[in-house]
Amino acid sequence: ILFIFEQYFCHIVLSPLIPEMATQEVQLNETLAHLKSESESLKSKLEEERAKLHDVELHQVAEKVEGLGQFVMKTRRTLKGHGNKVLCMDWCKDKRRIVSSSQDGKVIVWDAFTTNKEHAVTMPCTWVMACAYAPSGCAVACGGLDNKCSVYPLSLDKNENLAAKKKSVAMHTNYLSACSFTNSDMQILTSSGDGTCALWDVESGQLLQSFHGHAADVLCLDLAPSETGNTFVSGGCDKKANVWDMRSGQCIQSFETHESDINSVRYYPSGDAFASGSDDATCRLYDLRADREVAIYSKESIIFGVSSVDFSLSGRLLFGGYNDYTINVWDVLKGTRVSILFGHENRVSTLRVSPDGTAFSTGSWDHTLRIWA
Amino acid sequence: MYPLLSSGPATETLRMEKVIVAMQDPDMGMKMRNQRLLITVIPHAMTGKDIIDWLMQNYNINEEESLHLGGFLVQYGYIYPLKEPRCLVLRPDESPYRFQTPYFWTSTRWPVSELDYAIFLAKKNIRKQGELMEYEKERYSVLHKRINHTWDFVVMQAREQLRASKQRRKADRIVTECQEQAYWLINRPPVCPLSPFIETCRRALGRNRVKSSICLEGSYSEQYQNHDPIMQGCLPSNPWISDDTAHWTMNAALVPIPTRLRVERWSFSFMELLSDAMGRQEFMMYLEKEFSAENLCFWQACEEIRHGESSKIVEKVEEIYKNFLAPGAARWVNIDSKTMDKTLEGIKHPHRFVMDDAQMHIYFLMKKDSYPRYLKSDLYKSMLSKAIVPQETKKSVFPFVRRQRHSSPSPAQAAEDSRSKGPQAGSD
Repeated sequence: ILFIFEQYFCHIVLSPLIPEMATQEVQLNETLAHLKSESESLKSKLEEERAKLHDVELHQVAEKVEGLGQFVMKTRRTLKGHGNKVLCMDWCKDKRRIVSSSQDGKVIVWDAFTTNKEHAVTMPCTWVMACAYAPSGCAVACGGLDNKCSVYPLSLDKNENLAAKKKSVAMHTNYLSACSFTNSDMQILTSSGDGTCALWDVESGQLLQSFHGHAADVLCLDLAPSETGNTFVSGGCDKKANVWDMRSGQCIQSFETHESDINSVRYYPSGDAFASGSDDATCRLYDLRADREVAIYSKESIIFGVSSVDFSLSGRLLFGGYNDYTINVWDVLKGTRVSILFGHENRVSTLRVSPDGTAFSTGSWDHTLRIWA
Repeated sequence: MYPLLSSGPATETLRMEKVIVAMQDPDMGMKMRNQRLLITVIPHAMTGKDIIDWLMQNYNINEEESLHLGGFLVQYGYIYPLKEPRCLVLRPDESPYRFQTPYFWTSTRWPVSELDYAIFLAKKNIRKQGELMEYEKERYSVLHKRINHTWDFVVMQAREQLRASKQRRKADRIVTECQEQAYWLINRPPVCPLSPFIETCRRALGRNRVKSSICLEGSYSEQYQNHDPIMQGCLPSNPWISDDTAHWTMNAALVPIPTRLRVERWSFSFMELLSDAMGRQEFMMYLEKEFSAENLCFWQACEEIRHGESSKIVEKVEEIYKNFLAPGAARWVNIDSKTMDKTLEGIKHPHRFVMDDAQMHIYFLMKKDSYPRYLKSDLYKSMLSKAIVPQETKKSVFPFVRRQRHSSPSPAQAAEDSRSKGPQAGSD
């Protein structure tokens, strides 16, 4: 009798929990199912609309363009000094200085031409995934696992500890993945593992605008070089590349053709298109006026993800840094791979072309940075 | 992207497995044979050279790239060496190698959580057909595809766990089931916020799109090709290659005489002209001759509001109103009445973007009117004709003797210098 009572008792105590959870779950899943089917049908309608105006492929248009000859690019400088994986770098507008950040929390400012280190800061966190040079050349911004973006004015006093004048600007609820100054030292745009991007006023630390719409970590961003200068593009772990209006915070265009995380996005110099690099081992080109993907840069022999991309000055070449330690150079118009560059001894994590297009720099998990020209 | 933060086998291992499968294709795959290892004959093996040749042929790549790719196949354990098994290196010679059995593929060694979740879903499915929720059905099929080669293991484990749980008391079983369900409710992959996505989709359907043939026709790359140092080289030489900074000196922000390429670029677009300090200076001089310099001054002042400190917005807006918009202002700008009214209204509650409409109006006015005339003007033409075309630096007679690399004053230094010189110092 005791045995039966025990079972009955447990059943009474526990069973109310199960049906409640079950009904809530059923309701939630019904709404989800409805939303899902609506979004699926909208998505396919959108693809139909986009396809209607797609009357020619990029490489067809490019048939009349002259092919590119042999490319000889070599490492011209190697910057040694980081004690761990280099995660990010950015050029100074003076075309020769660089800021780089690494996994061990160090942020270094170099004169890449002479390879001299000019400043060094130790961040209070590891994995400094983002760093940026201020347009004036007088400050750098950086952040990572501390969920913040901080600005350090570059002091010339050798004795002064840069960390003393540090200014905390951005606050996210997860890691900082990328940051960029806008046209001046006064505003910073950030992207974060918390799925959002945000625009901040440097002086006050005030949040000016936030951008919601990614369904997972946002990994990268790039500001548009347009006349009106009001948009930027971001890429995330949800495989989406979103174009945003900086004034309103709205997502004005969205592209989802990659098969995995988008690690890097970069505008074509005219501002009419942008390229992306992804863990799916492809780079892609999206035209903003056609509102679609217009090229895929891939090769069956390239199986490792792309960590970062950038265009040469004219936009004819696209450089991609890959997780297999190489750099692949692509003919943007014809879609072919022009060259493969070896040199790094571990994953290439960051790649940027210099402001005057004379060289590009790469940072790697092999602790070094290289300048190629 | 970051291994410490991601969840799932690295995507490259899946593509690597595709390559491995292709290499073992009965028709197009590698020809395997018996390989001799000392006195033993090992069947179904191949040489390092075979691997490299196959990769070169099938992926149309050169030997260096093939060796690089093949090296990863060995490093990741999909191919193992028979000689010196602990040295995971691909040798381009007669060294023998074999394919690893799928059971040991890297993707199956992934953190337990994926396997655990698969086992949990399999259990639910076995216990009662159709008990899986919609999202669980999705995950089940994704996992089934992804870790297909361990699926027998998953089902085996699920059956074993179900059998073991049947032996427990019903109360315990129910508790465990609740715990499990609750755990996976929390730990399952997050649901995508669909509503904002649907909004974006709806808006996107309404947007104006341009035909591909028109978008892609753009000749930006061609126009800029001569200006692309990586593609066409630069004069007198690329500083990174020659160690000579002459190219940078000649193209500094403000020089007595600019280079020809630079002056040519001013004609490519209005934005090019304005973003070059010298170009802007020249354009200002031209506008002064035309008595419309206030337009450029106004545009610059508006830029400073848009990109400046939040704290200075109010005072800057007042300045602009006083100098450019107020009736009888010293440098009154000619804006259409509609924009003027809207701007004056907005000034009552100044914010960062209050000048946007007026600024755009003046920008496009300059772009459509003054800019084309500037390009046809004597001022521009004479600048173009006296612009320098640097001589290409002849390669050094002793190429192995490196030139000394001179350092340059850092921008931070320059800013400090001008600060210490006082307000009389020139602006940048």
